Amino acid sequence: MRWDEFIVTGDPLILGAQISIALSSIIAIVALTYFKKWKVLWTDWITSVDHKKIGIMYIACALLMLFRGGVDAMMMRLQLTAPGMTFLNSQHYNEIFTTHGTIMIIFMAMPFLIGLMNVVVPLQIGARDVAFPFLNNLSFWTFFFGMALFNISFIIGGSPAAGWTSYFPLASNDFSPGVGQNFYALGLQLSGIGTLATGINFIVTIFKMRTKGMTLMKMPMFTWTVLITSMIIVLAFPVLTVALAMMTFDRLFGSAFFTLQGQGLDMLWANLFWIWGHPEVYIVILPAFGIFSEIISTFARKKLFGYNAMVASVVIISFLSFLVWVHHFFTMGNSAAVNSFFSITTMAISIPTGVKIFNWLFTLHKGKIRITVPMLWSLGFIPNFVIGGVTGVMLAMAAADYQYHNTYFLVSHFHYVLIAGTVFACFAGLVYWYPKMFGHRLNEKIGKWVFWIFMIGFNICFFPQYFLGLDGMPRRIYTYLESDNWFSLNAISTVGAFMMAIGFALFVYNIYYSWRYEKRDTTGDPWDGRTLEWATSSAIPPFYNFAKVPEVSERDALWDMKEKGIDPNADTNYQKIHMPSNTWLGPVMSLMMFIASFALVFSWFPLAIIGGIGIFICMIIRSFDYNDGYYVSVEEITEIENKAREA
Amino acid sequence: MVGLFLSGCGNLTVLDPQGPVAEQQSDLIMLSIWFMIFIVLVVFVLLTVMIVKYRDRGNNDNYDPSIEGSHKLEFVWTIIPIIIVTILSVPTVITIYNLEEAPEVAEGSVQVDPLVIHATSVNWKWIFSYPEENIETVNYVNIPVDRPVQFKLTSADSMASFWVPQLGGQKYSMSGMETELFLMANEPGTYNGRNANFTGEGFTEQRFLVNAVTDESYDSWVEEVQAEAPPLSEEEYAHLMVPGHAEEMTFSSTHLEFVNHAYDPTYALEKSAELGYEPLNPHSREGKAYEMPKLTQPIDTSRTYKVELDDE
Ligand code: HEM
Ligand SMILES: [Cu+2]
Ligand SMILES: [Cu+2]
Repeated sequence: MRWDEFIVTGDPLILGAQISIALSSIIAIVALTYFKKWKVLWTDWITSVDHKKIGIMYIACALLMLFRGGVDAMMMRLQLTAPGMTFLNSQHYNEIFTTHGTIMIIFMAMPFLIGLMNVVVPLQIGARDVAFPFLNNLSFWTFFFGMALFNISFIIGGSPAAGWTSYFPLASNDFSPGVGQNFYALGLQLSGIGTLATGINFIVTIFKMRTKGMTLMKMPMFTWTVLITSMIIVLAFPVLTVALAMMTFDRLFGSAFFTLQGQGLDMLWANLFWIWGHPEVYIVILPAFGIFSEIISTFARKKLFGYNAMVASVVIISFLSFLVWVHHFFTMGNSAAVNSFFSITTMAISIPTGVKIFNWLFTLHKGKIRITVPMLWSLGFIPNFVIGGVTGVMLAMAAADYQYHNTYFLVSHFHYVLIAGTVFACFAGLVYWYPKMFGHRLNEKIGKWVFWIFMIGFNICFFPQYFLGLDGMPRRIYTYLESDNWFSLNAISTVGAFMMAIGFALFVYNIYYSWRYEKRDTTGDPWDGRTLEWATSSAIPPFYNFAKVPEVSERDALWDMKEKGIDPNADTNYQKIHMPSNTWLGPVMSLMMFIASFALVFSWFPLAIIGGIGIFICMIIRSFDYNDGYYVSVEEITEIENKAREA
Repeated sequence: MVGLFLSGCGNLTVLDPQGPVAEQQSDLIMLSIWFMIFIVLVVFVLLTVMIVKYRDRGNNDNYDPSIEGSHKLEFVWTIIPIIIVTILSVPTVITIYNLEEAPEVAEGSVQVDPLVIHATSVNWKWIFSYPEENIETVNYVNIPVDRPVQFKLTSADSMASFWVPQLGGQKYSMSGMETELFLMANEPGTYNGRNANFTGEGFTEQRFLVNAVTDESYDSWVEEVQAEAPPLSEEEYAHLMVPGHAEEMTFSSTHLEFVNHAYDPTYALEKSAELGYEPLNPHSREGKAYEMPKLTQPIDTSRTYKVELDDE
């Protein structure tokens, strides 16, 4: 291997990125050393098995990836503003939309939601931790290193450029030479391990660790959606694992599952990809539904309307999500019968989704609505998501989809669903649970500005794209001709994109501003909440969550206690608590996987084998690890609880 | 606002169909748009009413936290979407089946057999073969108006999508297989066609023109090409297999005589390899130095596609 195939050179934009990455790494290392924070970083965060801290680390990574994916988006929008722009060339544009799509879905949306569920779910069900705390730490670190592996591709080796769908034969060595696609295959594989483990972890946690009295039908809605999402993960991710492994074999070892040579089946890849890929979009939308349900009911000060129907529709949606994947290739020459079947199943998903929309609307009915920032995001979600939903029904009509397929109509549709659904939910959930994590709220006034700028920018950006699609503009083109007449709508769209960027920047500023100036929350329950997570003190509640595990008798458990005048923290007759120990094995084992994967990307097999041995050694150490945690003494609990109450 | 946008719809390519296939699709789209506007309006109005009416302004008389649900209401908003989906499914399924068959010719004219044209996508050009007329064109296709055209789609390499929005929706072309697409133009004119499925670096420029002409001009064009255009040699065709662009070309024989990509998925790879072409990492020095070939007629068959770096 020669150096010029290792470090990416020759592009001023990438050079700029390389320099800024180097500089910020140096600054970070110096700062950590100067403030003597290495030890804190290691003991309090990297090796932590506390689900709340793991959740916060997930969210921090997701925000970083939202930034990276957002910069990609701005570059693409800039390039498309006017016909014949030369800001990016074809190859560069292709790499950018590929990394944008992959990062946004795999490394932004999903980890953001997994972060929120890590923080919230054990608290909501009155548990001390997740079922497998070590596995939770390991999941985070495999995700982290998968993300790192995928992200370094643009400075080392070169980014993948075959789209986030990586269709074959385009993604084979014949048409995508270089290591870009290897980064895709191995980066996703590595982080996929973590996701699958998280799915298993949360299924067990929710089934086995609910507090006394919390039957399945008394679970908060968010917990329900997390349970169903975890089941989708467990069913869908193995398909991705296998598909990516086959892709890796095709690229590294010359097998021919999908390639042109050797009778490979390109359509097999498309099918496997979407058998995972369609459920994947529900993995990132169902928890969002859960978040909105919590927030709308809290700020309307009412029970969720039609709880049973809400649960049922989530279950039905998750079932249907496995029956519709062919709608991603109606144009692949399927028979009319096949296309008709998948048209109808796809449209059918709109029925339970519609039920949810109306249930949310009627949760507001006869409520006492407080328009806080999380509520604004949730209310904004409804109309915007409905626009995305109805255009989804239009796309589902196969005969019409022959015209929308691969156009900006589709691009607009999925951004309406993903941004108004998932991203709004991430913002809503983060603002809502922020005091629980950090002990103070985010400033409401700045928060409202963020919402309006982002929401309006979002519509300015994506609404015109429906018309671009109907005007024949295909997706993934890096430029167009003046005679295409797509200039004005594209220019408007770019303006909207930059409004969103301003909104995001303001959001980040708000985090800083609120850390400096917002009042600290001492109640643990700043929004007058309804579910158990608000029964503990704020700012990453004690690592054992509840000094005394609460008992539940009604659905909105905390609200019910408040109405009955019960203080969940009144009982100070503590008992010692058993907790798991920190682990260095999680991060180290993941690091070994990273080394092995990185070596595989470049086909450095000796190094890959060394990494593999490292993983194996870690596993052996783990299996001889008889440390099964420790006890927190009553004195310690009393001290922690007293401090939390008096603050 | 919706009205404003819709009033401009007449100009949107897809809603400005020039043939029966696109017309059926455009009708279906318009039908769905009206339903969707209705749904969106219902939700918007309901949401506005709820927020205005139940916002917390200290008036507690219409606050009622005991409501948990209502089977009657929930039944209503389950059944209405079911009805809408059913109403939309019927024309969808009918159209899906219709599009599988040659479109009907306008009343009064005689029904003729569809004209068969093979459309082959190659990175990053389109090759059209007329087996009956024994003609081959590159990056443009001439068709007679008012006669159904049956495109037989296949690909020499990457999976592409054949799309002429004003004449009808797209379909994939894949190597090692063949898909079929019926199109028909009602008006003479030139329509934009392109590959709509991402195929890599030259994808954006993988466009072609469809010229719909009267029967007479079509026939005279065919005769002219048969008489005057050069035949397509296997050697020239091999150059078309190398990834790159090409100008419009016309030949008086087709490549179907020596290869059908629907049965020979590796042909393009082999031929371009024989010409010295090898895929290069775009980030390596060779990759950056490499220029995509652009072929003109007559094809320069002495070319090879090796990269040379000048400072070595
Ligand atoms: C911040 C605002 C965003 C803007 C301005 C934006 C813009 C774009 C643009 C210009 C493209 C390329 C379209 C093309 O050339 O075909 C694209 C593709 C895509 N975007 Fe976004 N995007 C944004 C946010 C998001 C988010 C939040 C997600 C997911 C959660 C997302 C997921 C995707 C996906 C999956 C693709 C397709 C990539 C591909 O074609 O392989 N985007 N986006
Ligand atoms: Cu789908
Ligand atoms: Cu096929």
